[in-house]
Parts: sequence; C-alpha cells; structure tokens
Amino acid sequence: METPQLNSLYQQLILEHYRNPRNKAEMAEKSVEIHMANPVCGDEIRLQLRIEDDHIVEAKFVGQGCSISQAAISMMTQKLQGASLSDADALAEQFTALMHGDEEAAKDKALGDLRALQGVSKFPVRIKCALIGFDALQEALKKHSSEGPH
Amino acid sequence: MTALDPTKIRREFPALSQTVNGQPLVYLDSAATSQKPRAVLSTLEHYYQHDNANVHRGIHELSRRATIAFEEARAKVAAWINAPEADELVWTRGTTEGINLVATAWGLDNVGEGDEILISTLEHHSNIIPWQLLARRTGAQIRYLEIDEQGRLILDDLGSLLSGRTKVVALGHVSNALGTVNPIKQIASAAHEVGALVVIDGAQGAVHTEVDVQDLGVDCYAFSGHKMCGPTGIGALWARKDLLEAMSPYQGGGEMIHFVGRDESTWAKVPHKFEAGTPNIAGAIGMGAAVDFLLEVGMEAIVAHERDLLLYALDQVGSIPGIRIYGPESVDEHSAVVSFTLGDAHPHDISTILDSEGIAVRAGHHCAQLVMKHFGVAATARASFYLYNTTDDVDRLVEGLETVRGIFG
Repeated sequence: METPQLNSLYQQLILEHYRNPRNKAEMAEKSVEIHMANPVCGDEIRLQLRIEDDHIVEAKFVGQGCSISQAAISMMTQKLQGASLSDADALAEQFTALMHGDEEAAKDKALGDLRALQGVSKFPVRIKCALIGFDALQEALKKHSSEGPH
Repeated sequence: MTALDPTKIRREFPALSQTVNGQPLVYLDSAATSQKPRAVLSTLEHYYQHDNANVHRGIHELSRRATIAFEEARAKVAAWINAPEADELVWTRGTTEGINLVATAWGLDNVGEGDEILISTLEHHSNIIPWQLLARRTGAQIRYLEIDEQGRLILDDLGSLLSGRTKVVALGHVSNALGTVNPIKQIASAAHEVGALVVIDGAQGAVHTEVDVQDLGVDCYAFSGHKMCGPTGIGALWARKDLLEAMSPYQGGGEMIHFVGRDESTWAKVPHKFEAGTPNIAGAIGMGAAVDFLLEVGMEAIVAHERDLLLYALDQVGSIPGIRIYGPESVDEHSAVVSFTLGDAHPHDISTILDSEGIAVRAGHHCAQLVMKHFGVAATARASFYLYNTTDDVDRLVEGLETVRGIFG
C-alpha cells in the first residue's frame, strides 16, 4: 500500500481552524442539541442549532478533540449559518462521500474550506474523527423533523 | 544475572521484523498487547496439529495429552506468581474476567448495603466497572483512594478510608496509563487489619515486576496472557484456596460440576468449579509456553532492561520542548510506560504522525478516564516498552516527535 502523505492531512487551514475554531460557544436559545462522543479516542462535542422556517439561523458547538474533528466541525458550522435544512442535509451527504474517497465530491466548490479535509480519506482510522460533527448534524436534522415543525 | 541481549531477543519475535509505512516497525504499544515469540507460536501450532482434544473428558490418547499439557501450563503460570498451589489458579479469558469473577461470585455473597468497596482513581476501567456493578446490585458504596500530582496513590488517606465497613480493596499493581507501581504489600497489610479482601489487577504487574503473591500478602491476583508474550483470550485468577472453596461458582455448565440432579447439583473441586465450559486449551498451553520463554530470558534481566530503557526514554523524550510527561518521577515507582502530551497537538494527531513513520504508540484515555480527569486532559500519548525494545526505538520515537513539532510547532 502506498504510504499516505502527512502533508495532505495536516494542511495549514486545518491547523488554523483547530487553533481558532469558529462558532465555538454555548448557544442560549437552541432548537436542537446533539451530544456526540467517540469513546475510543475521547472526542466529544455538542452541536447546537437554532432553526427557524426550515433554515439554520445559527450553528454553534462546544467540545474537544483532535485537530481533524475540531477543524471539521468548525468548518461545518461556517457552512451551516443560514443554510436551508435540505442544503444542510446535502452538505452532510457530500462531505461523507468526500471522506469515503468520492472524486466528484472533491471537486464540489460548495464544500468550501471542508475540501481541505480531503486528505483524511487516505487515513481510514481518522475518517470517523472528521465525521463526528456531520454525524451530529444528521442526528440533529432527524431529531428536528421527528419533533415536527413548530 | 545475564544481561538481556535485545538484538537476539528481537529475532524471536517475527512481527517485529516488518516495515510499516515504509519504515522498520517500532512497536511501543506492549502495554496494550505484547508481540509473540516463536516459542509461543510454535506451541500453539503443535497443539492444534498433534494434541487437539477436549480436556478432562476423554479416555483416549489425544485427550490425555491435551489434559496433561493444560494442567502443566497451570502449574507453570501459578509458579510465575509464586502461588502456593497450582490448584489455586483459575483460567480466565483475561484480567477483566478474573476481576468480574471475584466481584460477582465473592461479591454478591459477601457485600451488602452500607458496605464499602475501596478502589482508586488510578484504576483501569476493568477494575472500576465490575465494582460499580456490584455496588449497584448490593447497595454498597464505592470509595476512592486519590492520586497525587505524579499519579501516585495518596497513602496518607488510607487510614481514614479504611474501616470495618470496607469489605474489599481492589487496586492495580502497576498502572497501565502512567506506569505507577503501587506499594501493594503495605496497602494489603492495612486492608487486612480491617478485615477487607485484597484484590489486585495484575494485568501490568505480572508483566513488569517479579510477582510473589505470598510476599505481597494479597487474596486475589488477576492477570492476562497476551500482555506477557502469550495468546489473547487467556488469563488467570489466583486466589487463596480457602477463599475459592468458600466462593459460589461464577458460571454454570460442563466441567464445573461434580454431580447433577434435577433440582440440586454439586460442584467440581477448585479450580474446575470456576471453569465452566470447554476452556481456552490452546491459550492456556500457549501462556505456559510464554512463561517458559520469559523464564529462559530471566525476569531479573527483563526488569533491569526495562528500567534502563525507561531512564533513557524519560531523559530523551523529557528534553523535547513542549513535552509533558505524566507519572512518577522516580523510576523506582515507575514501570516501562511513558505517558505524555506535546504542546497543543492532540494525542491522536501525535499517533497518526508517528504511525506514518512506522512507530506504534497508543493515544487516548487508556481505559483510565479518571486518571485523565485528574490531570485535566482528555487523552495522552503512551509509549510502552518491553523486553524486545531498544534505545534505537526511543531514538526513533524522539525523531518522530520532532516531526510532530514541525507540523504543530
């Protein structure tokens, strides 16, 4: 097997988000909150969304973990501000496809900074780190829809 | 004592001579599981190719051979910890099952509401959860011996924690997360003064120290085969004979009975009373072979080698800027583990970067979340050493950590 390159994993943009995470704060008035943990490595986050009229008005998170998990969730919350619920769901699916090595997803400009995480797909044991935020997002969307429109 | 020659030793471990990610493997995760020497691998193969049969059942030749090898292995493993009798050694799946056996079979009959179970914040989850389950089922309370800033048990608190209510004191011999070696003999003596049972998690202790359960003065000692060059899925629980005889069975089934009636049955003698079902015969024989191998190298030589390596590693790793090492400063209280963090690099990232250079370390909470909480970290990286590691391995680790600094610096 070809040795995956470290520099494809630890890009400056990832380290920058790790050190200066965006939208990392407790939200006062949230519509939905999902706690997601990876007991194997100790990564732990709470994703908080404020949803109005089928749009995510605000997305925040708190928690801790490795550079990959923290950068991915920071970038994700940037993309979620103002996104429609269907766009948010599509983003989660597209990013998951990117993590599983989908070449087409890698070209999708809609992913924005998240494309910097493409290298993670070459490190199978780290894919779940990158996905913890999106797993929480998908749970949150499911929970919101099952509770019905307010 | 003949000093250990790691170059010669390494030739006995086939898994060590491979490349990982284009570099020669540096295996620094023996506290999770050790690699296996040829002597153990060939014993397993020989057993399955020549002697495979169920034990204590058949009249035929293969069953006779399997039974002899199985019971000879019991005697070897019992002698490894200086148990007074081989029949005091119960085969288990590993340390975890040994502790669960005591917590269940002894605990449910001897611990009740208002009683106390004393453990410590240094414990592996395998020596916390079985006692939490027992406490939940009986109404007993769990109390904790805390650790200091070097991850050592605060023995000054022992006097106030022990009382007539203390029914059991369960502690690890050597911490898997920090390498702390606990003064078990001293604690066991204090625990016995209040009449408490002393149960030791020896998963690391039986690997890195010369264990003498009689000298330690403990009641139960549980350990695993796979951490001491043996196969996975096999371990042993030693307990005092009178204790085992008084205890209820743990699981019911074949092998553990003497006579079965419609409503009542009688139990086989110790240790078979605790060995329901077909045991891990190959595993037990393999663990016996591991003991033979380690005895040939010499435990004194292994301990001395690990101590030299630890001193070198603490010095070399310790001088990297931004490194923080957790655990006792004195190697007299510290076993072959270096648990550390480096700057703001998450231990998982450290492990991925080291892996890309063929260096295997563990990153995470090491099944010791209370220890991590004590130090205010979510995880540490852990390099653990065994008889086959060398100072070259430490040098490669230090080089790898320089790469981490290059990325996260």
